[in-house]
Amino acid sequence: MALRQCAIYGKGGIGKSTTTQNLVAGLAELGKKVMIVGCDPKADSTRLILHAKAQETIMHLAADAGSVEDLELEDVLRAGYAGIKCVESGGPEPGVGCAGRGVITAINFLEEEGAYDDELDFVFYDVLGDVVCGGFAMPIRENKAQEIYIVCSGEMMAMYAANNISKGIVKYASSGGVRLAGLICNSRNTAREDELIMELARQLGTQMIHFVPRDNVVQRAEIRRMTVIEYDPTAKQADEYRQLAQKIIDNKNFVIPTPISMDALEDLLMDFGLMEEEDESIVGKAASEEAVAA
Amino acid sequence: MATMTRDETQALIQEVLEVYPEKAKKDRAKHLAVNDPSVEQSKKCITSNRKSQPGVMTIRGCAYAGSKGVVWGPIKDMIHISHGPVGCGQYSRAGRRNYYTGMTGVNTFGTMNFTSDFQEKDIVFGGDKKLAKMLDEIEQLFPLSKGVSVQSECPIGLIGDDIESVSKQKTKEHHKPVIPVRCEGFRGVSQSLGHHIANDSIRDHVVHNRDNDTSFETTPYDVAIIGDYNIGGDAWSSRILLEEMGLRVVAQWSGDGTLSEMELTPKVKLNLIHCYRSMNYISRHMEERYGVPWMEYNLFGPTKIAESLRKIAEFFDETIQANAEKVIAKYQAEYDAIIAKYRPRLEGKKVMLYVGGLRPRHIIGAYEDLGMEVVGTGYEFAHNDDYDRTVKEMGDSTLLYDDVTGYEFEEFTKALKPDLVGSGIKEKYIFQKMGIPFRQMHSWDYSGPYHGYDGFAIFARDMDMTINNPCWNSMKAPWLKPAEGESEAPMAASA
Repeated sequence: MALRQCAIYGKGGIGKSTTTQNLVAGLAELGKKVMIVGCDPKADSTRLILHAKAQETIMHLAADAGSVEDLELEDVLRAGYAGIKCVESGGPEPGVGCAGRGVITAINFLEEEGAYDDELDFVFYDVLGDVVCGGFAMPIRENKAQEIYIVCSGEMMAMYAANNISKGIVKYASSGGVRLAGLICNSRNTAREDELIMELARQLGTQMIHFVPRDNVVQRAEIRRMTVIEYDPTAKQADEYRQLAQKIIDNKNFVIPTPISMDALEDLLMDFGLMEEEDESIVGKAASEEAVAA
Repeated sequence: MATMTRDETQALIQEVLEVYPEKAKKDRAKHLAVNDPSVEQSKKCITSNRKSQPGVMTIRGCAYAGSKGVVWGPIKDMIHISHGPVGCGQYSRAGRRNYYTGMTGVNTFGTMNFTSDFQEKDIVFGGDKKLAKMLDEIEQLFPLSKGVSVQSECPIGLIGDDIESVSKQKTKEHHKPVIPVRCEGFRGVSQSLGHHIANDSIRDHVVHNRDNDTSFETTPYDVAIIGDYNIGGDAWSSRILLEEMGLRVVAQWSGDGTLSEMELTPKVKLNLIHCYRSMNYISRHMEERYGVPWMEYNLFGPTKIAESLRKIAEFFDETIQANAEKVIAKYQAEYDAIIAKYRPRLEGKKVMLYVGGLRPRHIIGAYEDLGMEVVGTGYEFAHNDDYDRTVKEMGDSTLLYDDVTGYEFEEFTKALKPDLVGSGIKEKYIFQKMGIPFRQMHSWDYSGPYHGYDGFAIFARDMDMTINNPCWNSMKAPWLKPAEGESEAPMAASA
């Protein structure tokens, strides 16, 4: 099987890293050889696999050694649960330097050092919430991730982000082979969430590949720095991640997304009662003015 | 007299514009003009200080070049850090020939390159710590330096390094000014914004430093030379004339200048500006805040020198005015002899200029003193106030070109057939290969000074040896020349 490279995007705090690691554990359980590349200066993309607080990152090791050219692959790669290979790009503290450049440097390093070997079945890039600059688009540029999964929930901002990310994919899809492969709904237990995300997926021209229900076992596993599959293989939630993993293996639905307009998105939210019909007469009216009018 | 009529010059511009696509043509047309000395405001005929068109070969520099290369770099007793990757500092090192006195590496640092030499990790993690360490090392290794300026290269602005807070902290620790300058190269359309940014940083960190300090004894004859970068010693050959007039030159900005001179400048009676473009900002500031008036002057060629010395003297009393006349008279025999020697060799020769801040207009008089005519001129980074001053200096129907492209410059030269082109190193070899005598008018072709009476002698000699160099008659291979008849013996030809 040829190497498949997948990138996970989604609004900050939606559960990208947790979902990625849990589903990757599912893939590994199914005998797949997987590598996770964390593309977030927080470096929290591999902790559940490695049982570590935060893995030493490529950029920090490079800074200590002098430059990235002074590093070897074994310095940065760690193997965790079920032989999953883990690497973190790393980056600066908030407010200094350039995190985007860190991602570019780290991914170039991995390529040059041959981290993407023939043994691998999957590479997963876990990317910072918003594609704020060219650096965070690095995983979806040419010869990198071909499949994008967007983690979202039935909340307005998460869906808004999913639509925005789709716009970014369109830009790179025209110049390369990157495609949207599906929405992963990480449930927040909002009303009719599955229907809503399925409808959003339909409008974006893609699919909701799986609905991951909310379950406290995820948090219990996370406190122990473990995935659900490793912490409690018999849990119902473990099966959900196994299903997601199998669906990704079988997935052939790769599309250039059709992002929707702001109006269309608002209509959708109104249909599902997440948003009130806008009352144009109150726009720009201060409380004092309203009091006079009343 | 111009060799072309107004209509002919306009037709030439149209012809040269023809190759451009519509949008570029429309833009470039605004930057090319036929001179009309009667025009009061140049904006009626020429546009300047706009972004260059993509795809053309522009001759411009960047904001970092304007700040570090022009304004700050020559301040000799300070260390100027090229903050960022190594290239900007190293490739511009000592290139402007700002002469200075002092012991390089001990109390002066003009020709040295100080750079933070950014690596990948400095981009990713930020360069603040490296800058702080570098400032400590500078203090340790070069204790006689009077201060440091931090000249930002492009990446500093991109990654948002907080050079201001590092500078503030180190100013406190070392009791010497550390001055952050936000002159990232990508800012603005040319080096011009770099001049402005550098001027503003001097305003914010230097000129007010001795506001409450009266220990400096002033005289009624204190002046400062502003905007002379002492290229090849220009400021020195200017300074002596002012001193001979009885004026006291308190400061030189910034050629052979020092931090302390800049700090004392608000206390002078008159600021004398040679390069208006790069230092009008700080001069206006000193006028507004300290009431120090400023005056432009021009020390290229005896006509302009006499004009300028008289104008400067007029600001002072009768003694200085009498002295100015004495100075002019004292040198008269000298410059008359130069004109007598060189004018017959240069009379009627045509010149095209394309330079930077002041020279495209200031040197015209010096050429005219030698009987030469400037038929085309233009600036890399001028604003319209520069062109306001230029239209008066240039003859009627001569050619003005702003931010000229490589292509336009070559085509204009082919059409105007000047006897000399004066521009920079990038242009030099193109025109020489076209068989046209060329002088570098940024660096004086490693000669100089050209300012003042002493400079005029060198200027005249240099123009003569360039234009009348016998090599221009050897541009054609002997076998391509028409046969000269009986003297053409086969043996002699192959010898």
